[in-house]
Amino acid sequence: MDIDAIRLNEKDNVATSLRQISADEKILIAQGEEKREFSVREDIPYGHKFAIRGIKTGQEILKYGEVIGAATRDIQAGFHAHVQNIESLRGRGDRK
Amino acid sequence: MEFMGYRRQDAVATRNYVGILTTVTCANEVAMAISKRVAGSSLFIHHQGCCQTPVDIKRVTDALIGLGKNPNLASVLLVSLGCESVDVEEVADAIRLTGKRVEKIVIQEEGGAARSIAAGELLVQKMVQEASKNKRVPCDASELILGLKCGSSDTTSGLSSNPVLGKASDILIENGGTSILGEVTEFIGAEHLLAKHAKDEETAGRILEFVERMENRAKSVGCDIRGGQPTGGNIKGGLTTIEEKSLGAIAKAGTAPIQAVYEYGVRPEVKGLSVMDSPGREPEILTGLAAAGCNMICFTTGRGAPQGFPFVPVIKITGNESTWERLNDHMDMDVSSVLGGSESMDAAGKRLFSEILEVASGKLTKAEISGYTASMDIYMVGPVI
Repeated sequence: MDIDAIRLNEKDNVATSLRQISADEKILIAQGEEKREFSVREDIPYGHKFAIRGIKTGQEILKYGEVIGAATRDIQAGFHAHVQNIESLRGRGDRK
Repeated sequence: MEFMGYRRQDAVATRNYVGILTTVTCANEVAMAISKRVAGSSLFIHHQGCCQTPVDIKRVTDALIGLGKNPNLASVLLVSLGCESVDVEEVADAIRLTGKRVEKIVIQEEGGAARSIAAGELLVQKMVQEASKNKRVPCDASELILGLKCGSSDTTSGLSSNPVLGKASDILIENGGTSILGEVTEFIGAEHLLAKHAKDEETAGRILEFVERMENRAKSVGCDIRGGQPTGGNIKGGLTTIEEKSLGAIAKAGTAPIQAVYEYGVRPEVKGLSVMDSPGREPEILTGLAAAGCNMICFTTGRGAPQGFPFVPVIKITGNESTWERLNDHMDMDVSSVLGGSESMDAAGKRLFSEILEVASGKLTKAEISGYTASMDIYMVGPVI
């Protein structure tokens, strides 16, 4: 594999891993026609997201160029971004 | 951009079958027997047509008319039992408006199965020979009506095959074609985002209405679709929120604005991208897309869904390299190159669009070759009574 992660849209603040990545590995993230170097800061399982820039508590998480949720804690660049620090904004019928 | 298609009175076809359609489930046995004996026929059976509410009988009737009108059927034989709620004459007359030949066999009038099968075979043999004289001619890509589907999804679906299909759909629409997105269930959680892509407020409102309706159908039997998503398996696989999961599915519709929202099986009156009410299950959605006039369907899959439809080619696309290898006799296109880094999303989208033109011109899909062309039934909303 040439690439280790993919960022689907230029607005996204997360990328998704394409394999198990270990903390402190230098990886290549694909975006459109480009590939960019990056260092992850913790272990990221296959198919999981990590922040590609610092995200503050309450800030929107963007994937596919759209809001997929909000950060429940600060997430530094290179760290795992998932249920432990992201919550859905729409998943519950009582929270429109 | 062109392909070689069959020019009908009001539309262009990518295949050239004589359709054998039942008006009611009780006629299936006869229709199946006729189709087995006549090459070039395409069988459409279902489990509806009687002992249903008037609303559902109308749905069956309209779906059958839509299916009969699909340009991929050169002519149609309707097989009726004789006592069903669906009115075979009404269906036949409506299909005839396209200018195509429509015949009928009524089992109770013919005198039972054996006589009906014999009469049907002899009739369809003639119809098939007539249809075989039709020739493919150059047609514009704008004549394609593309149905969009994803099934048996996995991590690769939202990251490769769906966005790639979205690119191909955008290319088709830029060339004046039509794409139809169904699977309303999959919008749940991201319906507000999909609605943002509607061309106006009214269309956006209809999208939200359709999602609410689908959610309420499930709620009426005690099922909270929204609350259960993403599933434990999804979360383990990396999906964090329902919005993310839905967006992964919706990605297959690309970036084109949504022009209109239609009920199940209704043919779009506008070009471009439209949304159609349907569930996610294969028989019902593939049937709905065919009834809406699709002459092509693209179906992305992660784990390997084999389903195809009787008379509309279904192209299978996967971004999962292992699925491509292990289920190769069901898969038409491999886009794992996008996840491997050797191909961009844009390039894969163009490659898929070329494949669509080839299949439209006659290249057979794996589903057609492997005999997986029986995923069919009409979507019902009411009870059987």
